[in-house]
Amino acid sequence: MNAVPTVVRFANVTRRFARGTGGVQKVSFGLARGEFVFLTGPSGAGKSTILKLARLEELPESGEVRVAGATSLKITRGEIAKVRRKIGSVFQDFRLLEDRTAFDNVAFALEVTGAPAAGIGARVQKALERVGLTSKLQAYPGELSGGEQQRVAIARALVNDPLVVLADEPTGNLDERASRAVFQLLRDINAGGTSVLMATHDLDLVRASGFRTLELNRGTLAYDSAEAGPMEGLG
Amino acid sequence: MRLALREVWTAFRRSPGLSMLSIVMIAFSLFAFGLFGLVAWNIRGALEKAEERVELRAYLVEGTGTEAIGAAVGDIGAFPEVARVDHVTPQQALERARKELSEFKDVWEPEFLPASLEIRLKPGMREPATVEAVARRLQGYPFVDDVRFGEEWVRKFALVRNAVTWAGIVLGTAFALVSIVLVGATIRMTVLSRAKEIAIMRLVGATDAFVRLPFLIDGLLKGVLGGLLALALTWLAPALVRNVISVTFFPAWLAWSGVAVGAALGLLGAGLSVGRQLRRV
Repeated sequence: MNAVPTVVRFANVTRRFARGTGGVQKVSFGLARGEFVFLTGPSGAGKSTILKLARLEELPESGEVRVAGATSLKITRGEIAKVRRKIGSVFQDFRLLEDRTAFDNVAFALEVTGAPAAGIGARVQKALERVGLTSKLQAYPGELSGGEQQRVAIARALVNDPLVVLADEPTGNLDERASRAVFQLLRDINAGGTSVLMATHDLDLVRASGFRTLELNRGTLAYDSAEAGPMEGLG
Repeated sequence: MRLALREVWTAFRRSPGLSMLSIVMIAFSLFAFGLFGLVAWNIRGALEKAEERVELRAYLVEGTGTEAIGAAVGDIGAFPEVARVDHVTPQQALERARKELSEFKDVWEPEFLPASLEIRLKPGMREPATVEAVARRLQGYPFVDDVRFGEEWVRKFALVRNAVTWAGIVLGTAFALVSIVLVGATIRMTVLSRAKEIAIMRLVGATDAFVRLPFLIDGLLKGVLGGLLALALTWLAPALVRNVISVTFFPAWLAWSGVAVGAALGLLGAGLSVGRQLRRV
């Protein structure tokens, strides 16, 4: 049915939590190679859970998540670590190590995967160049603006040349200008062939982009713009 | 490994206060255990010395021939419980009595005291039941008139020794458990302070082994340093009471075993704590 290979595929995925909210039920969708997809929906609808499941940070109770060639049905912790090297993750709260410079934060993502030390410097430099931060290599997160910190986090997500970037509200903590800049960066990354799955509350951004949108409501997939008319489901 | 060592150094440089606090807490936990161990070690030494006094004395019938006595010495010396047998002639008994007891100063007749065999038992063979069994066998010799071994003292001594042993086991276990809990909590505190780093490591694709290694090295180093500090404190502490009582320090093998225990606790604590943290990410 889908000719383009998928990098992320959810098949009837259910994952519930004891607290009652944030879980997902029987969610199915695919993210094709090179595709940019938005995840929208109210707080607690399950957007972050979808991203956690895609990162294999959570495993489904039922159904299957396939990501970067691996399946959630049969996977070890060691294999999860290897799958994550093909995934770039970006968060609302940046998740940078405060005591390391921008350069070291990005290099860390290569070092922990056992990348050869000789090539790390050049790869980090290139990733920070892509996000426009070559002048802030030695700056600590505390010395950077929110937008700059998010760009460091994006550089860290890119440095391993991932198949897909999973972005959880990446503009949620940023002002309008920084948000647009970060979104443009993600579009540029996508234009280079990397798939992007981005959770957001910013419906203006979603409408303006024209990208495919998945809308979640109370843990179920309420709307997929690829299957419905454009924008008809977005409130 | 190079990267793991760098991470250990980075963690120390980032929060030297927390690292020092961890080492000091581990040291004091082990020091408390070490002090208890030192007291137990000295009590054990004192009890062993006192136990050496457990001996049997078989008084011989007057006129027993030297041949019979010689044969008996060889025979009794071959008992599995017996460490040593000495024949004490009446003359030797009197000389000893005159040395030790003033009322014997004017006694000159050697036959005043009977000849006897003094029997010392091997360590571990000084329980009342064993002593009584040996005494019964001595009574079986026709030329043995009477056997004395301070029955009451042997019984009371065994009671005291058993009580001290059990108290040592119970208190020692309690001290050891407290030390383990304190060392574990200290290491856990270090791991928790780096929970964000662990989560990020896993997020970018680090394997569990990769995440664990720096923490294991860190735990091992803190355990060794804490153990060495505890050893130094335990060595210095008896100096405070040396004028009042004589204290014997642990033999070298036992002292270094304490440091090894510190290292093992550090390693184990780190392994468990980081494992627990890893299960969350």
